[in-house]
Amino acid sequence: MSRLIRMDQTGHTTLAEWTVDDPVSAEAAVAAFRTELEQGYYALVSHGEGQAEQVRELPLDASVVILRRPIAGG
Amino acid sequence: MANVLPEVANVYWRPRVTDGSLRRVGRLWTLSSVAHALPFVAGAVALGLAAPIMLPFAALCLVHAWAIPELYAARGARSVKPRSASGAEPEQVALGLLGDLVDHVPRELYAQTGLMIERGRLGVWLLGEAGALLLRPGGRRVNCYCVKATGAGLPPSDRVAHLLLALRTDESGFATVANLAFSGARWRVRRRLTAPARKALDAAARLA
Repeated sequence: MSRLIRMDQTGHTTLAEWTVDDPVSAEAAVAAFRTELEQGYYALVSHGEGQAEQVRELPLDASVVILRRPIAGG
Repeated sequence: MANVLPEVANVYWRPRVTDGSLRRVGRLWTLSSVAHALPFVAGAVALGLAAPIMLPFAALCLVHAWAIPELYAARGARSVKPRSASGAEPEQVALGLLGDLVDHVPRELYAQTGLMIERGRLGVWLLGEAGALLLRPGGRRVNCYCVKATGAGLPPSDRVAHLLLALRTDESGFATVANLAFSGARWRVRRRLTAPARKALDAAARLA
C-alpha cells in the first residue's frame, strides 16, 4: 500500500493510500496529489541519506510520497 | 538539471552555491573579520605606546577587536537555537515521520540534541528548526544559515523534516536559498551553542 503524506500542523496527514492494482484508489490519490500541488505544496520521494526526488506527477510505484511547504531564507 | 529546488527561482539573483563559491565566501568572511578587528588592534597598540594613561582605552580597543567576530558568531549560532517547545501530540507524529527518513545514528543524535545530521557533497549539515550549520570538509570552518519552512504552526520535527527533504532534493539549491549568517572557525561558533548543540557539532566535525 502506497501513501501520500502531507507535512502539516498535525505532524503529518495521510491524504491517500493506493495500490497499483486498484485504479480507483490510484485515481483518488492522483486527484489529491494535484490538489495539494495547486495549493503550493511540493512533492518528493526520499531515497535515503542524501537523496530525494522532486516529483510533479504522482509516482504510483513509490511507497511514500511526501508533500512539503516551500522553504525560504530566514 | 534533474532535481532543482523550486525555491531557487525566488532568489534568482543569487548564483548557485558550489564548493568553490563556498571556499571564496569563507575567505571573504575571514578577510572581513580581519578588516574589522585590525584597526582596533592597531589603535590599541598606538594608544598603549602613546602614554600609560591611555592603557585602559587600548584595552577597550582590544575588547572591541575581539567582540566583533564574536557577535557575528553568536548570530550564526542563533540560527540553530530551538524555537518552540516540543512534546505535544503533533510533534510526536512529526517525530515519527522524521525518524522514518533517517538511520539509527542520526535519529539518536536528533533525540539528544534537536539537530539532524546529514552528510552532503558540500560538507556535513546539522539541521535545526529554522536554520542549519554546514561543517566544511575537514571540520574547521562552519557556515551558519538561516532557513526555514514557510507556514505557521508546524511542529519542530516537521520543520526539520522540511529542511532535510529540501536538502536531499538539491543540496546546492538549498545552500543558495538559505541566508548565510556567519562563516568562520568552528570553535568560535561552538562556544555560543547550547550543550546539546555542541555535542551535535562535535559529531558533525568527526564526520566532516
